[in-house]
Amino acid sequence: MSRAVRDVVFVDGVRTPFGIGKPTGLYAGTRADDLVVRVIRELLRRNPNLPPERVDDVAIAATTQIGDQGLTIGRMAALLAGLPKSVPGYSIDRMCAGAMTAVTTAASGIGFGMQDVVIAGGVEHMGRHPMGEGVDPNPRIVSEKLVDPSALVMGSTAENLHDRLPDVTRERCDAFALASQHKAAAAIDSGVIAEDLVPMATWSEAGWGLATADEPPRPDTTLEGLSGLRTPFRAHGRVTAGNAAGINDGATGCILAAGDVAAQLGLTAKMRLVGFAFAGVEPEVMGVGPIPSTEKALGRVGLTIDDIGAFELNEAFAVQVLAFLDHFGIKDDDDRVNPYGGAIAFGHPLASSGVRLMTHLAHTFAASPSVRYGLTAMCVGIGMGGTVIWENTAWEGAK
Amino acid sequence: MGRCEVSASTQTAQGDEVVTRAFVRYVDLPGRAGLAALITLDNGFDHTKPNTFGPAGLSSIDAALDEALGRTDLAAIAVTGKKFIFAVGADLSGVPQITSRDVAREVGRLGHRVFARLADSTVPTFALINGAAMGGGLEIALACHYRTVSSGAAPIALPECFLGLVPGWGGTQLLPNLIGPDKALSVIIDNALNQNKTLRGAQAFDLGIADVMFSPADFLERSLEWVSSVVRGDIAVARPEIDRGAAWEEAVARTRAGVDARLHGSAPAPLRALDLIARARTASREEGFAAEDEALAELVMSEELRAGLYSFDLTQKRARRPIGAPREGARPITKVGVVGAGLMASQLALLFAQRLEVPVVLTDLDQSRLDKGVTYVHDEIDKLQARGRLSADRASRLRALVTGSLTKDAFADADFVIEAVFEEMKVKQQVFAEVEAAVADTCILATNTSSLSITEMSSGLAHPERVVGFHFFNPVSVLPLLEIVRAGKTDDATLATAFAVAKSLKKSAVLVKDAPAFVVNRLLTRFLGEVTRAVDEGTPFEVADHALDPLGLPMSPFMLLALVGPAVGLHVAKTLHESYPDRYYVSANLEKLVAAGKPGIYTWGADGQQVDPEVAEMFTPLPGSTPPSGDEVRERAEAALAQEIRLMLDEGVVAEPQDIDLCLLLGAGWPFHNGGITPYLDRTGVSEKVTGRRFLPKGVASLPT
Repeated sequence: MSRAVRDVVFVDGVRTPFGIGKPTGLYAGTRADDLVVRVIRELLRRNPNLPPERVDDVAIAATTQIGDQGLTIGRMAALLAGLPKSVPGYSIDRMCAGAMTAVTTAASGIGFGMQDVVIAGGVEHMGRHPMGEGVDPNPRIVSEKLVDPSALVMGSTAENLHDRLPDVTRERCDAFALASQHKAAAAIDSGVIAEDLVPMATWSEAGWGLATADEPPRPDTTLEGLSGLRTPFRAHGRVTAGNAAGINDGATGCILAAGDVAAQLGLTAKMRLVGFAFAGVEPEVMGVGPIPSTEKALGRVGLTIDDIGAFELNEAFAVQVLAFLDHFGIKDDDDRVNPYGGAIAFGHPLASSGVRLMTHLAHTFAASPSVRYGLTAMCVGIGMGGTVIWENTAWEGAK
Repeated sequence: MGRCEVSASTQTAQGDEVVTRAFVRYVDLPGRAGLAALITLDNGFDHTKPNTFGPAGLSSIDAALDEALGRTDLAAIAVTGKKFIFAVGADLSGVPQITSRDVAREVGRLGHRVFARLADSTVPTFALINGAAMGGGLEIALACHYRTVSSGAAPIALPECFLGLVPGWGGTQLLPNLIGPDKALSVIIDNALNQNKTLRGAQAFDLGIADVMFSPADFLERSLEWVSSVVRGDIAVARPEIDRGAAWEEAVARTRAGVDARLHGSAPAPLRALDLIARARTASREEGFAAEDEALAELVMSEELRAGLYSFDLTQKRARRPIGAPREGARPITKVGVVGAGLMASQLALLFAQRLEVPVVLTDLDQSRLDKGVTYVHDEIDKLQARGRLSADRASRLRALVTGSLTKDAFADADFVIEAVFEEMKVKQQVFAEVEAAVADTCILATNTSSLSITEMSSGLAHPERVVGFHFFNPVSVLPLLEIVRAGKTDDATLATAFAVAKSLKKSAVLVKDAPAFVVNRLLTRFLGEVTRAVDEGTPFEVADHALDPLGLPMSPFMLLALVGPAVGLHVAKTLHESYPDRYYVSANLEKLVAAGKPGIYTWGADGQQVDPEVAEMFTPLPGSTPPSGDEVRERAEAALAQEIRLMLDEGVVAEPQDIDLCLLLGAGWPFHNGGITPYLDRTGVSEKVTGRRFLPKGVASLPT
């Protein structure tokens, strides 16, 4: 039999407001799976042309797959969301790139012609499930010196990256972080961020609340304030709570569909998937991961970095974004990069962030018909990077 | 209205209140519709202890409203409940301590005052009914301007009349004006009197109690989005016009006729509710609420409510923790045997298969009877499946569990064998001997006998300690009572297992001694004997049969006789007569009726139910007797009950009067407002007159003074 690769399009993406993962945080009393359920239901509600039974799969990522993030959360969340029992679901884990991997995996099934529509997303309730909860590292890691123990502490890998790249100073990182907060504040004020948010009921001992806005952003951040922060991962280090993403809770999800199926169903395609790649790097400096993954992805699809008109780079740490920009010769304040701010402001609930990058890119595409290609990229714990390249369906050149 | 003060007397009246607190949080409504105060009702426990309103709880709501109504920046005020629970009404645990009408009236007024603040608010108020909403819980929702309901919310009800109250925090006035008198009467009266039937979210929505319904998966979020839409004016809430013409009175009259036919004026609460609903057509809010306050004051201080609360407590607590049941030592049941394949045996087989989910083997000596029994069970399973009560897979599982065998070898690996063969001592003894030969030494042998001595039945066995009485009530699937009979040698492990099985069967078990006819049949037969004797003495059938109407029993004595079958009734009467010839009456006329194969006293004629002329012909009066009047018949029957209950307690048939009452509530459906029967006999003075003392101290199931 013959087959043709089909177009895969990004139809719509939403997320819960992100919370701070602490005992007094927005979602301290709210379950992770409930966050996912809310996202799935809102996606279906916003896209009434999509009959629920046409969803071929639900791929949900979580890094810590235990408790309310366990039990094959993709399937369980589908059931809890009221999708027909005929709709399957599964769990995905690639640490920080969980939702991104949910998207690329789902897209592969669609592109191969075996699925038409998939809901992909991710969740991380880091307040309930701190990074490293329940892990049991193999003793060979130490005995054979396979990986430096610092590789398992993300903040330490960021310090390691500073060691490798002396030109990326704390001052540059703080300046980048400040810009991220300011861009985020402007985006929030403009209302563009709220368009992606799903109001989420929150439970606490003081009764129900409703999360309608992100908890982490600090619009009043100043350079002075940032420069005074301590460096928790290393004495006299460079990585602070201000120039890194925090400990966060949240869920994201999106609808992916085959291009022709989206057209048949009357679903609007916001972006077309061009290509993607994941790459491995030394775990001790996992922050460089997006560099090889981006080069690999560009190479696969025959584009160069100059073809990319919009970048959504996950700001796990300012240092790894700057490492990427330096490598590709992009200025720190290039307006193609994270125009709505990034994870330093909004937070980074690990496995959920991939789709947040995509929804931001979709906004940039909609607002910039001159831009044809954009990419979303992120560094990944244990030494990886991931990159997804998208084409703007609103690109004026196509008309 | 300012913040109301809780009177000191109501506070002390409910000192043990589990306080449901009203927490206020301010939330941004979606779609930039403004700020809302979101009030959560939460008593700090999980859903197994639902929110209730006592004085301190109402005061907390009042304080929350002080805060919210004191602001000028709100677009809406919304009230919702903790997870799975909205609120289930007034905290009634303090009622026994309320000793005056004034205090009782204050309870009514307090609720009205607080709830009215939601109705009078100039800011739109919303109830978001996320879960169980009963009584005052539903009434606070009715006080709000708008309501959303979760399709998963249950139960939703106004159960006050079931207990002996009226929905007196606005329910009788607001509900008929919201959804019309017909539907309100069905919720307030019919459902409450129909074994406290409750609604689910979808039914409440269909009735118009809520304006909109959302899935539990995102109930609060969708509700608050809806609040936004209403606040912004994007949604105009339309409610049907209520017919305030003659139809209102007609609806009340129809329901009143039904209540009268059933209760004959014996229970005051539904009558008060009917009056209040009738008034709601024209009464102003103030008038209506004041009338509710008066009704509450009267009913809280009524014997019927006190007995109703006692009954409720028995069925909710004592029924779940039977007195005298060993707490430990129950053995697992992995297979059940049923001896016999008649109707009772088949019903038991179905129940055991459904609830225990273990193989159930029916045995009978006759292949065709056996086939009929197994087929009956399989057909019942088919019917449940056809009605959507069982999935295909579960029906298939249950069908496979129930099989038949001509020999008792099939019981070899059973842990529990129950016999339901002909009610004859020799037959039952032989059955047990055969079963004992087939089963392990620890297999429980249970008998469903209704009147034979179980000690005697087990006397010839090698292991009489594993024999226990397991007396079900017909129809087995409906009536919740199970009399568990400890015979002379029954050991604790057997008894513990029997109670564990009862619990798995979802039956309420009461421990009784091995005495003739145990509790329910002994009392019903005594009572029926007095009525039959009156007819034999010349009292007309209808007069005798309706003599007990003032008790509000679920059916008249002769209807009961027809239900159990005159032959069975006669058989039990004879058995009891053998044991207690002075007290148990065997009517020669009834023997004639049984001999003639009549199904009862009544027949259906052109004018409905009437005394069967052939039966009337059969009944010849006792020579030289004077027909007692209806009142005399009732007095005799009540005295007989009091005497018999006293004797049973003295004999130790059950531990306490509460067990007698529980048996009558659950096994005979006797009404809550009589507390089963002993509170009725106490409050009417019958027990003191007949036995020289009360059954229960004052205050237990009655007014304290």
